[in-house]
Amino acid sequence: MMHLTINDTRVEVPDGSKLLQAIGVAGVKIPTLCHHKALTPYGACRLCVVEVHAPGRPPSIQAACSYPALEGMNILTHSDRVTRTRRIVAELLLARCPDAEVVRRIAADLGVRDTRIRKKHDDCIYCGLCVRVCEERMGRSAIGFSGRGPRKKLEPPFGKHNPICWTCGACNFVCPTGKSVSTLATANTPIPIPNPFNVGLDPGPAISILYPQAVPNKAVINPDQCIHMSFGDCGICREVCEAKAIDYEQKEETLELNVGAVVLSPGYEIFDARIKKELGYGRFPNVITALEFERILSASGPYSGRVLRPFDKREPKRIAFIQCVGSRDADRDYCSSVCCMYATKEAIIAKEHLGEGLQCDIYFMDLRAFGKGFEQYYLRAKELGVRYIRCRVPMIEEIPGTRTLTIKYLAENDKKVLQEYDLVVLSVGMQPPKEVKAIAERFGVALNPFSFCSASVFKPADSSREGIYVAGPFSEPKDIPETVVQASAAAAQVLSLLKDARGTLITPKVYPPEREVAEEEPRIGVFVCHCGTNIAGVVNVPAVVQYAQTLPNVVYAENNLYTCSNDTQERIKEKITEHRLNRVVVASCTPRTHEPLFRNTIREEGLNPYLFEMANIRDQCSWVHMHEPDKATEKSKDLLRMAVAKARLLEPLRSRPLKIKKACLVIGGGLSGMTAALGLAGQGFDAYLVEKDEELGGHLRHVRYLLNGEKPQDELRRLTEQIKQDDKIHVFTGATIEGIEGSIGDFRTRISARGETTEITHGAVIVATGAAEYRPKEYLYGQDQEVITQQELEQRLAADASFLAVEAKRPAKSVVMIQCVGSRDSERPYCSRVCCAEAIKNALKIKALSPQTHVCILYRDIRTYGFKESYYTQARQQGVVFARYDEDRKPEVSRNGNGLQVSVFDQTLGMTVMIPADLVVLSAAMVANPGNKELAQLLKVPLNEDGFFLEAHRKLRPIDFATDGVFLCGAAHSPMDLGEAITQAAGTAAHAGTILSRDVIDLEPTISHVIEEKCDGCAYCVDPCPFKAITLVEYQSNGETKKRVQVNEAICKGCGTCQATCPKGAIFVWQFRPEQLEAQVHAALFRWHFQPEQLQAGVQAPQNLESS
Amino acid sequence: MEEQTITAGAAATATNEQFEPLILAFCCYWCAYAGADLAGTSRIQYPTNVRIIRVQCSGMVHPNLVIEALTKGADGVLMIGCHPGDCHYLEGNLRAKSRADAISLMLEDFALEPERFRLEWVSAAEGPRFAQVMTEMVEQIKKLGPSPFRAA
Repeated sequence: MMHLTINDTRVEVPDGSKLLQAIGVAGVKIPTLCHHKALTPYGACRLCVVEVHAPGRPPSIQAACSYPALEGMNILTHSDRVTRTRRIVAELLLARCPDAEVVRRIAADLGVRDTRIRKKHDDCIYCGLCVRVCEERMGRSAIGFSGRGPRKKLEPPFGKHNPICWTCGACNFVCPTGKSVSTLATANTPIPIPNPFNVGLDPGPAISILYPQAVPNKAVINPDQCIHMSFGDCGICREVCEAKAIDYEQKEETLELNVGAVVLSPGYEIFDARIKKELGYGRFPNVITALEFERILSASGPYSGRVLRPFDKREPKRIAFIQCVGSRDADRDYCSSVCCMYATKEAIIAKEHLGEGLQCDIYFMDLRAFGKGFEQYYLRAKELGVRYIRCRVPMIEEIPGTRTLTIKYLAENDKKVLQEYDLVVLSVGMQPPKEVKAIAERFGVALNPFSFCSASVFKPADSSREGIYVAGPFSEPKDIPETVVQASAAAAQVLSLLKDARGTLITPKVYPPEREVAEEEPRIGVFVCHCGTNIAGVVNVPAVVQYAQTLPNVVYAENNLYTCSNDTQERIKEKITEHRLNRVVVASCTPRTHEPLFRNTIREEGLNPYLFEMANIRDQCSWVHMHEPDKATEKSKDLLRMAVAKARLLEPLRSRPLKIKKACLVIGGGLSGMTAALGLAGQGFDAYLVEKDEELGGHLRHVRYLLNGEKPQDELRRLTEQIKQDDKIHVFTGATIEGIEGSIGDFRTRISARGETTEITHGAVIVATGAAEYRPKEYLYGQDQEVITQQELEQRLAADASFLAVEAKRPAKSVVMIQCVGSRDSERPYCSRVCCAEAIKNALKIKALSPQTHVCILYRDIRTYGFKESYYTQARQQGVVFARYDEDRKPEVSRNGNGLQVSVFDQTLGMTVMIPADLVVLSAAMVANPGNKELAQLLKVPLNEDGFFLEAHRKLRPIDFATDGVFLCGAAHSPMDLGEAITQAAGTAAHAGTILSRDVIDLEPTISHVIEEKCDGCAYCVDPCPFKAITLVEYQSNGETKKRVQVNEAICKGCGTCQATCPKGAIFVWQFRPEQLEAQVHAALFRWHFQPEQLQAGVQAPQNLESS
Repeated sequence: MEEQTITAGAAATATNEQFEPLILAFCCYWCAYAGADLAGTSRIQYPTNVRIIRVQCSGMVHPNLVIEALTKGADGVLMIGCHPGDCHYLEGNLRAKSRADAISLMLEDFALEPERFRLEWVSAAEGPRFAQVMTEMVEQIKKLGPSPFRAA
């Protein structure tokens, strides 16, 4: 090792180092241009010159990149002489390449605005990076310098294009002026590596972190694109990786796992739109897929969120979306379920980006906005000016030259229309992954005719093979919430199956006893991270460490190459003991990823994990101020000072253990409630199943048959029997809930049944109260016996279908069904989701019982999503007539001497037609249970505007409430069919199981705390609390009745709304106390102040502002 | 470090040309703080004048804290939470909105320009937007000049 002094800082570097390395160790930044870590030093640009004072030699100016470091050297990096020299170098560079951005920036940083030398406007600064990378890293030498002095020239051997060049593009990549060097050596153009995250819309490197949210968040090499892994050359990434993490030798490993169950969730693929040649994808550059458009709309997409068409990077003014590309056709007789909504979403976002003026047309057949809240979203899109055009687009053509696209179609009024678009987006459908056959074979599971994994209505997460479960679009195309729910249902099945093995592979971690530090003066240790060059490449880390040592209560500070590395964790622990540290501050990256690691480290050394604070000097400093190293260093000091200021006020916090009552209340004894109860009992937990009716079964009692032939009544009998047999399930029928108190882990509920009140305790609640069928007020319902609902029709068909029989005077009977009765109107704007399939189910039943009966379905959109689509096709094939009506021209039902008549305006004919009917069947809406309101108040959970329960998150937490320990399933959530209700119910059993399977749960200690002496019971904080965790209580003090608030610690989430509302400072959130936040504010504002009492009005001049 | 720029309150005499404001941003941990992190991972550059203070929710910031910052010399204060409807704590951000309205009224009493305080919504996915809000705020405060409370 050698010792040098860099601007008064002593550093130690290995033998053989160059000066530049030593300067880097000292944390000093000097400009470089021709230097590259993976290439041999060249000394061409001379920007890195420094003043060298070597023992026994006169001072000299040397290029730091190539000059060897020697023992005892004294280096000045920013002396007047050095700066003068650098400025001259900058002027020379500026004269050669005045147009190069990088040269201009370097010059400007050195204070050089212009050059006194005649400008050459060249695009080569002779830095030799391209030459070196080609020779040293690619082993090619396809380009080099010829000539000397003024005749020096960059050119390939013999001045000709040559076959040595393999067009890797490395020369272009390293060139600081952006010159296209490869064109000198070859006629070929380097092909960019497509970035898979942006579906190939932009180029990416062969090694990358795939996307910002990737798990694990690590860089990976694409071996097919990596030059080193293909040919053995390059290897640049290994040279630049400070952590030495690059390993080209890693091989695929085969692991053998011993498991009791398997969940298959291989996802889906989007339809390859090239197959539909008529739509021009792959031929016309301005026809793209919706996935490509999704990436274009994204802030992390190829154009950073600017909406541009890929072809010419121009903003489109007219966009068409084509629905059902690869769905609902002869080869794929299913609906992909999600495309209508994603097209609607993309149209809205595109309009948000490009303004109201953007024309967005969606070409569709049926707009399938069947999910919760979707219909309202669709209406909003229409209000925002998204146009919906009902037609199947036959083909897309391109106008040569402008590349504008045209769509010719037949409008609903039979008129031919021609529309031009700048961009056409294909709403491509979902299909099973390519490997589906191999997966099915390997796991021995059956596939359905569409090659999705088979699953049944009553076992929606089970594959055909026991112990193998399925989740996600692998079993049917589905949206995010349905995927989340099915995954939970699969987990429930596994939890039941492997009940006895639960927890057997867990070894609890043991921590040393906690050191008592509350009474000690704060002794803070500060660890500042280089993060390789991520921080240290911009911020002067040693200067930050030096500064840290001057801060009050800081007794130790050091810098680490990677503070998060394993050896640094050991080091932190050593320093805690060595310096008796009782607070630790790490200045590195974001607490969002690394706080848990450091908290764990200090806990392993006996410190309370909450005696830790982070300063984010990477994500919020070095990475966002890359060109302002001095300011970034100052900001890092500020951020560190703020962290230290807070750390001084941290206190040890302990999570509160809560003992779990291992039982669950299930409210509602229909299919959902029964399924949930069985799911819980299957996992070994007690379930209290409460039903208001006298018998279990709910709506399932009225379901006689299903589209796919499964037998619902058999299933009901099986479930009822199973529940009776299971001693873990306690059934209360004819029961009501009188009151629910408590919170997660510890609820107390009073149930009254048959005049008797039972009190139970339980750890979780599942709401499964179902929904009801709407009693229509329209279409003569209730006035005419032959106007009935679908549910009534089903009962009739199941009981006795003789009413369909042919009579002498009427050779064929006629049944007219009317859809959307009570749904999708101003009173109930939502879609009831199940009625289209129910109508088709009954229509097919009628056709099966009496083929000559006419069935006509009057609809607005047929919403047979997923595999239900094939029954829609089947119905049409069997002669069921589908006629569309508009919301503002609803059908009319009347009775005259000839019987019932339905009149409806036919869109195609453009006139009103009369249909005689023997039976009018109304597809009545599914409406929320009126009892929901009362239950919502008891449980303190919200309802949506339609009266259904409102989940914690529409997409990601569809069966959880925001209130911990309370879950939601079935039609109480929103209208849904049997299979969906079962899936949700099983899912809630799994979610409840995550609580009930533990003996105690540790409640997060960073929650509200009331300072009793200060609280005067004004109750300002009670209402704003989003979780209703605060209550006003009365108490006696000196014979007086007083009031104050109380926090339910099991409900409080620590949002701090109360803290910001309190006028007395009597309630706060641990870790974010007003004093702690204020200390950070003061530390930010007054770099020399740490004690609030030192603050005086106005600003004082700094007393001892250190200079760095 | 010859051309060191002093970012904190010490540069009170600077003219507007060289004026480097000091701005505090209370960022909720679930959206805004994550959005700031994403701006970082995406390497989106913005001015160095902002110091972020992590809070659990924008609804946690007491108006007094904002006033304290502004009257002790901060040139501007940002309060940044999740978009309406996205609050990790259901509706803490809506409470922040009501408070922000109250804070704006209070600024008059201190003879402070209303532009010195801003409430913004930035989601965890909006790195570019975070950087944009920072840039805009710094420009806005630069136009206003140093806080009257920062002059000695």
